[in-house]
Amino acid sequence: MEFLIALMVGALVAAAVYLMLARNVLRFLFGLILISNAANLLIFASGGLTPEAPPLIAYGADAPPPGVANALPQALVLTAIVIGFGLFAFALVLVYRAYQTMGTLDSDDMRLAEPEEKP
Amino acid sequence: MSDVLLPLPILIAFVTAILAFFFRKGTEARWISVAGSACMLVAAGMLLSRVLTDGIQAAQMGTWAAPFGITLVADTLSAVMVVITGITALAVSIYAVGDVTEDMEHVGYHTLFQVLIAGVTGAFLTGDLFNLYVWFEVMLIASFGLLVMGGRRVQMDAGIKYVTLNLISTILFLSGIGLLYGVTGTLNMADLHYKVQDADPGLVTVIATMFLVGFGIKSAVFPLFFWLPAAYHTPAFSVSAVFAGLLTKVGVYAMMRMFTLVFTQDIGWTHGLMLWVAVATMITGVLGAAAQTDFRRILSFHIVSQIGYMVLGLALYTPLAVTGAVFYLVHHIIVKANLFLVAGVTNRIAGSTEIDHIGGLYKGAPLLAFLFLIPAFSLAGFPPLSGFWAKYVLVKASLDLELWLVAAAALAVGLMTIYSMTKIWGRAFWKPHPGAIVPSLSTLPAGDRFAMLAPIAGLATLTVIIGLFPEPFVGIATRAAEDLLDPTAYLTAVLGAPEAVQ
Repeated sequence: MEFLIALMVGALVAAAVYLMLARNVLRFLFGLILISNAANLLIFASGGLTPEAPPLIAYGADAPPPGVANALPQALVLTAIVIGFGLFAFALVLVYRAYQTMGTLDSDDMRLAEPEEKP
Repeated sequence: MSDVLLPLPILIAFVTAILAFFFRKGTEARWISVAGSACMLVAAGMLLSRVLTDGIQAAQMGTWAAPFGITLVADTLSAVMVVITGITALAVSIYAVGDVTEDMEHVGYHTLFQVLIAGVTGAFLTGDLFNLYVWFEVMLIASFGLLVMGGRRVQMDAGIKYVTLNLISTILFLSGIGLLYGVTGTLNMADLHYKVQDADPGLVTVIATMFLVGFGIKSAVFPLFFWLPAAYHTPAFSVSAVFAGLLTKVGVYAMMRMFTLVFTQDIGWTHGLMLWVAVATMITGVLGAAAQTDFRRILSFHIVSQIGYMVLGLALYTPLAVTGAVFYLVHHIIVKANLFLVAGVTNRIAGSTEIDHIGGLYKGAPLLAFLFLIPAFSLAGFPPLSGFWAKYVLVKASLDLELWLVAAAALAVGLMTIYSMTKIWGRAFWKPHPGAIVPSLSTLPAGDRFAMLAPIAGLATLTVIIGLFPEPFVGIATRAAEDLLDPTAYLTAVLGAPEAVQ
């Protein structure tokens, strides 16, 4: 199970890096979304995967029975997903506004803030 | 008592943000922001005095004992950083009264500003790694909003670079946290200190390098700094002042915390790498500044160069060097924020920040010229200003280790800094204005003039005080360095006596 997830993280990172090397900012952003999901999966897997054993505490008991899934990474991933969602929503709107105001998505043409030096 | 005192600065900033949001359509929001920053500074001062008298303070949120709950910790470094955050917040919120336009206020400038301050303060006070990530995000999202507020084309361009590169840094940091949790099974920084020692050292070093890159992007070190000079000269002046003062320094702080408390098992590699990164950062930053002709872009490149000094102090890893790094951190925040504020006044009265398009400021506004000289010379390291002592301690620390090349680089970069400052002085202040006007402070409305000049004068006074009476400040920095290099007190404050933990 961990092996499969590890493979998936690897594939996601590879695809993300490929996308992020593009000059088109939108492709870059898609790459960013992929790599952020890869990071979420990585956290999920790093807690150790124990299928079919939810961390539920029986009524009246103080602790769950041994061998249940670790709930902490799930909580972490949940937080990271929510934060990531907000950030990407913002980033998408920003890219759209940038396209509207500058008329391009090619990062090579985005030289307003850093104008090219005149010789 | 410390259960209340520790979260108080964060809470004040959040409450101020909420209040400012409700009153954003009127002029009340700006005064709420000023009052909130003042209260936060008072709370931070109380926290610092408490840390200085009673030692390191720790509070467990929700009374969940460490390492299971989220811990807030204030050691000397954290407390000092919170106080400096308060000072910067107060100065910038007063300045904003004169600088920020009503359009920006109506869309919630003051709210985002206070959220940013809350995020920065939280990052300084937390003792939990994942919580640090959350504070970074709070800070980031507020800074995104502030950066593009106003919506000029150039801000969109800068925003794209700032947002994307900072998101990469965040993801690296998050992956590092995930891997570290997988290896050690804890996220509490004090607990990590113990657990990391039992882990596979090779694996920990890989994770440490990941953190180094993540924090490196945040703190804009060589070769990861490109987002900073691309972005910091575009937003409103009060925004760029608070960015310049605080944001990169949170990255440096996180680096100092993690690489003294947790990742100390392979100092030869991590801190050795940091040393050369620091030297390269100092040199590239100052050379980049030499090629620029915009007031704020010159200053932006100087942030990069100055970050090099702080990382250098951490990389040398001796008590004196870390003292120097802490002192530099404090000095730099005050001076850098102040220089950006001066740039804002320059823009208002002379019409531009492009130094070839302005001039005559010395003739028309001698007071502003004087207030520029203090932080500018302090930045370059002139005695008797604060920058001199900061550089002196760091150069002495590198000479003590017989790192001649590093010391020479630190001194040469100081010299190059003077070159940049005299370039601004010569072209913006001394030469006549190309439009044949004499810019004068009297063109500003009286209220704006006071709101903009008072914080500049206040921060400049602070620079002079630190320069003339460095003794108590170096004393506090020394204590901060002792806390960092010998974490026993920190660990005891968070987890209890070391024997009980082992």
